[in-house]
Amino acid sequence: MNELITLTAAELAAKLAAGEVSAVEATRAHLDRITEVDGQYGAFLATDPAASIAAAERIDSRRAAGESLGELAGVPLAIKDVLVTTDMPATSGSRMLEGYRSPFDATAVAKARAAGLVNIGKTNMDEFAMGSSTENSAFGPTRNQWDPSRVPGGSGGGSAVAVGAFEAPLALGSDTGGSIRQPAALTGTVGAKPTYGGVSRYGAIALASSLDQIGPCARTVLDTALLHDVIAGHDHHDSTSLDFAWPSMAAAARSGADPSSLAGMRIGVVKELMLDGLQAGVNERFQEALALAEAQGAEIVEVDAPHFEYAVAAYYLILPAEASSNLAKYDSVRFGLRVAPADGGTVESVMSETRAVGFGAEVKRRIILGTYALSAGYYDAYYGSAQKVRTLIQRDFAAAFDRVDVIASPTAPTTAWHLGSHRGDPMQDYLNDATTIPANLAGIPGLSLPIGLAAEDGLPVGLQLMAPAFEDARVYRAGAALEALISDRDGGPFWARVPSADRTTIREAGN
Amino acid sequence: MPETTAAAGAPANGEITAETVQHLAGLARIALTDAEVESLTSELGSILTSIAKVGEVATPEIPATSHPIPLSNVTREDVIADVLTLDEALTNAPDAADGMFRVSSILGEEQ
Repeated sequence: MNELITLTAAELAAKLAAGEVSAVEATRAHLDRITEVDGQYGAFLATDPAASIAAAERIDSRRAAGESLGELAGVPLAIKDVLVTTDMPATSGSRMLEGYRSPFDATAVAKARAAGLVNIGKTNMDEFAMGSSTENSAFGPTRNQWDPSRVPGGSGGGSAVAVGAFEAPLALGSDTGGSIRQPAALTGTVGAKPTYGGVSRYGAIALASSLDQIGPCARTVLDTALLHDVIAGHDHHDSTSLDFAWPSMAAAARSGADPSSLAGMRIGVVKELMLDGLQAGVNERFQEALALAEAQGAEIVEVDAPHFEYAVAAYYLILPAEASSNLAKYDSVRFGLRVAPADGGTVESVMSETRAVGFGAEVKRRIILGTYALSAGYYDAYYGSAQKVRTLIQRDFAAAFDRVDVIASPTAPTTAWHLGSHRGDPMQDYLNDATTIPANLAGIPGLSLPIGLAAEDGLPVGLQLMAPAFEDARVYRAGAALEALISDRDGGPFWARVPSADRTTIREAGN
Repeated sequence: MPETTAAAGAPANGEITAETVQHLAGLARIALTDAEVESLTSELGSILTSIAKVGEVATPEIPATSHPIPLSNVTREDVIADVLTLDEALTNAPDAADGMFRVSSILGEEQ
């Protein structure tokens, strides 16, 4: 295995800047890795080696010409297929958009390109980001690099495995109810959901517009922060994007890398996020991580959030309602699939047939549910009530953040489960999202980082940190400190423990 | 407009029946098979039972939150920018003719 792929993005960027490695070499090393292992993992839906190499060559020429480039210039970037790209297709994991190619780049993609990052491929996801396992992709599941018989979480399983299996040092994801953080937890990687509006949603294929947020994925907190800095900022294309002078998340991560920065930090533990179904090994690792923080002088404070138990219910009304509206655009007229009935049909029957064939079971389920929740006679009881619950959850967070600086919880109640094992009961997956959903409802930032392996199954456990809106830097500062403590405990970075092929090489690189 | 209410064909207690699902599928323009209608009827019923609990705490004095970070009156300069060319707009169309999206007949024979 080429050692370039085990470098963190920060290390690779330093070598690129110093001229020790070219962008073409870095890109080729990752493309080779994708060729070598992605048949096993299915993290990517599309790659275009010629396009990626051409982009890398342009970075190398600009650097050779003495141009001043971004800190991450020449570093490969995997892009969740929910983001539209001019150089590769964008399907959002759906047959409906098979072969679709956008005439413009999503803003997060455009910002990444402007910073010199190289698009290495589009990553797999649950169809239209509806799911928690990536099994709902119309193009087949992604498999967890820790154990290919298990799911990587979802919806952004592709981006999480891409970084976790060394197919890319960085990836973009989207998080509507946990789709960045939960896959990060299940694959032992890092992922962050920024404050709502912190990153433009322009060019992100919409699921639920009041919840969707684009964010970064990587193997380390610092790498995640570096990518966050690249994509954050106001965009006039997205009227919900925030016009705010964001501090550097990378600077926050660097300042947190000394674990003594935890001294005096008040870390809240929300009773209601310690779910009934919490796996014993997940709880053990979580309590250990809290103890490590406490030993550095952090104060662990138990806090109440009495309305969090209503979060999943509110979410599964708001999301389907907004999704049923957003997905009305797949009408077989302007883009996407068109399927005509045998008799030719009217535009309306063509539309119904197209949506019958183009959407998978979970998408249909949520559209029908959303149509119901928005319909006359039920609107107030369902959608209206869910929006009130949203207010109550925001108030719970506000009360909690009066007493603590950050909130910590297990990112997901369990480790990765076997493919196919949750089939048949949609409510089971919905309830598993209870730890990540509150942050989306409230619009606050959240980050997941790996904190060890569960004793009973040897699979990664993630810890989620949340902070008030606009305080994204706090989760990076605290996250970097916890990451350093875990690394000290284990004698090396967590990502180096992945039992993939070439384990020895990875271990050496990590130590 | 009675045809836009999902309540059409639904019992007053909000219970999900196969007729309700058929009606919703019509509103959502998805041609469901009989098997899909059957499974959705039971799944939707169980999901709604779980999520109806929002009503327990959504009392009249609680304001609704439609957007997590309140913003108001977001405006921009009224200038033309970033528009697609005709070719770009049509490039992903399933069918196009004479610079326009081409669709199937709007009206059925009986109309």
